Amino acid sequence: MSATASQAAPAPTTARHPTGIRRGERLAGWLFVLPVILILGVFLFVPVPMALWVSFSDWSGRGSPLAPGVGFIGLENYGNITTGGGLAESNFGTSLRNNAWYVILVVPLQTALSLLLAVLVSRQILRGRGFFRTAFYFPSVTSSVAITVLWLFLFSTTGVVNQIIAWFGATGPNWFNEPRGLVHLALEGLGVTTPPAALTAGGFLGITWWDWLAGPSVAMFALILMAIFTTSGTFMLLFMAAIQSIDPSLAEAAMVDGANAWQRFWRVTLPQLRPALFTVLTLGLIGCWQVFDQIYTGTQGAPGNTTLTPAYLSYQAGFQDQKWGDGAAIAFILFLIIIAFTLLQRWVLRDKPVSRRRMRAYLTAGAAPSAAVPAASAETKKGATP
Amino acid sequence: MKQHMRAWLGTGVVIASAGLVLAGCSGTGGGTSPSPTAGELTASSDALTVMIGSSGDAETKAVTDAVAAWSSTSGTKATVVAATNLQQQLSQGFAAGSPPDLFYLGSDAIAGYAGNGSLMPYGDMLKNQSDFYPSLVQNFTFDGTFYCAPKDFSTLQLVINTELWDAAGLTDADIPTSWDDLASVAKKLTNGTTKGLVFNGEYARLGVFMAQAGGVLLTPDGKAEANSDANVEALTYVQDHLKDGSFAYAADVGAGWGGEAFGKALGAMTIEGNWITGAMSADYPTVKYTVAELPKGPAGAGTLQFTNCWGMATDSPNQQAALDLVEYLTSAEQQLAFSKAFGPMPSVQSAADAWKTQNPALVAFLAGADYAQGVPTQAGASDVIAAFNTQLETLKTADPKTILDKVQSNLEALK
Repeated sequence: MSATASQAAPAPTTARHPTGIRRGERLAGWLFVLPVILILGVFLFVPVPMALWVSFSDWSGRGSPLAPGVGFIGLENYGNITTGGGLAESNFGTSLRNNAWYVILVVPLQTALSLLLAVLVSRQILRGRGFFRTAFYFPSVTSSVAITVLWLFLFSTTGVVNQIIAWFGATGPNWFNEPRGLVHLALEGLGVTTPPAALTAGGFLGITWWDWLAGPSVAMFALILMAIFTTSGTFMLLFMAAIQSIDPSLAEAAMVDGANAWQRFWRVTLPQLRPALFTVLTLGLIGCWQVFDQIYTGTQGAPGNTTLTPAYLSYQAGFQDQKWGDGAAIAFILFLIIIAFTLLQRWVLRDKPVSRRRMRAYLTAGAAPSAAVPAASAETKKGATP
Repeated sequence: MKQHMRAWLGTGVVIASAGLVLAGCSGTGGGTSPSPTAGELTASSDALTVMIGSSGDAETKAVTDAVAAWSSTSGTKATVVAATNLQQQLSQGFAAGSPPDLFYLGSDAIAGYAGNGSLMPYGDMLKNQSDFYPSLVQNFTFDGTFYCAPKDFSTLQLVINTELWDAAGLTDADIPTSWDDLASVAKKLTNGTTKGLVFNGEYARLGVFMAQAGGVLLTPDGKAEANSDANVEALTYVQDHLKDGSFAYAADVGAGWGGEAFGKALGAMTIEGNWITGAMSADYPTVKYTVAELPKGPAGAGTLQFTNCWGMATDSPNQQAALDLVEYLTSAEQQLAFSKAFGPMPSVQSAADAWKTQNPALVAFLAGADYAQGVPTQAGASDVIAAFNTQLETLKTADPKTILDKVQSNLEALK
């Protein structure tokens, strides 16, 4: 398409009622997007509102949720899992607790590890880079079911991990059967065995504050290690692409200015990776809040409900207990949580003008003022653009 | 991320398929039909679909052959589908308004399906109704209506490793008949990595001690009695011996279940059902064992029983043929054939003698039918039991009364 033609198109009248040679384009356009619209319609625009309806209805799983017999019950399903006071509430609270600890540990660790791996395999002097890239990416292309099964073997009571721990004279934990939380275990190690009354008196979602602070159980910790192991390869790829698109002359300029390797990474490379960082953190957050496969194929919530996650609880409520409304309500609360976290993280990672405190780091670095200019100006320029 | 998406897609597909049903064939009217009443079976010439949750090829083949034999005599076509995930596939069938006509249904799932009207209560129409063990009929009675015919059943008994038993200097006369006997033989059998008695740390095993002490979770009329003195006594007994090391949970000795611990000689005795025979011959063919009745507790003999029934869908277009098929499949002759093929015990009393003759080593399991308790089947009870199991995992250090008080309050919260 020529430049003049595309400029002519935005004129309102011609766009709405194309004539002459452009007449067929509108139809062709719709025709081209039709498959996607159909696919999105069938898998997104119909089911999502329908699931939303189920979360507000008393649908029992028999026949269509839109059949006449199904009634609107308002927020009853939501109330049931958030303020019901019964098992439904405490199970939901437990699942949120478990998943929150999972997110707190997995997201930062997988991001840091994948960034580290990406930096390592991007180095020009590394021999056999192709081998390492493949090796690190391999867990990501393996089926999560296969890896879960592998993990169950590795972390069984008499498994490889515990045998290695035994070489060092220690006794490994009973990984997938150990429901106690890491924080509780650490406190126990420090001699705190009875919780303070202030923490057991109150609570949220049927779980006492003491239990919220339990930390991931040992079993969940094994799954956390697995998540880091499997996903860091994928994110390494994203960081690698971003690192390779950085102009090498920037690093060279910094080198000329006398910046050491750490300063080059921290002051030159990392600021330019912010878009990739945003992508990785967003995908990490969403994925971590939706963890399901590992639970479904591996632990099914055991031991002691400490690997129960909202996604699995939602499945269980619907398919096993025939409480479809509760299941859909859990799914939508999860959806809101993910949206909230993504917005929060977007806000934290927003482009800010360089603060005076950080500016000072460049100006008082000890080098001649001119040395600081390239890096600082690069960042200021980035900061200025919205 | 792709792996996490599947969960959502899975849910999405079901809801989407429900949407397609709605758009494509809104005439099914699944949700509109009134709740089923006995005495009005549908009849047509439609073929039947039978969905089973099979334990393996042997079971699939046995059921397929039996259904094919019925088809050829009755003239109604019928196909057997072995589900990979029965609960999920059933849910999908009900949501789409086209469930299988007959299907395996666990006693823990009956409340959910009977409650939403998916299940046809045909129990009172069975010609062989009086032949079923009354305790099994009780398991499939919901709100006073006998819903579906018990397919077969299993009970829990004491399985003993005869080599370890002999090595410890014990004889047939030492087979425990009381809790004290059990504790003393378990102590004698505990040796190194071998514990005396190893079982799964869950209600479905520890419940036998509660039954022997005279306790129940729910009375037959639905009253919660979880924190009774009998139940406290039972859990305290188990706790004492978990502490002294003669009893152990399978998970704590590194086994997935009691049978595995038993097969690997991590436990000299275990509490399991008759399914253990299949696992032993397949995985641990060299281990010799014998099955004895569990010891009597303070309130006499007690054990738990587990059972499935042949559920019939309310939306099935050919219920009369389905009822005929159920009667055929639950006949004494057919159940004995199933028993030979894949091991469960017949649910009808008229097959008992023949079964005992065929399985002399397993008589103890069938003897349990006289005093076995079913697991609670009320709506929501399975969640309470799941929470109870969570608590039982920590029984060794927890207070039995506190655990049972929690179960009691959870049970009282059910309706």
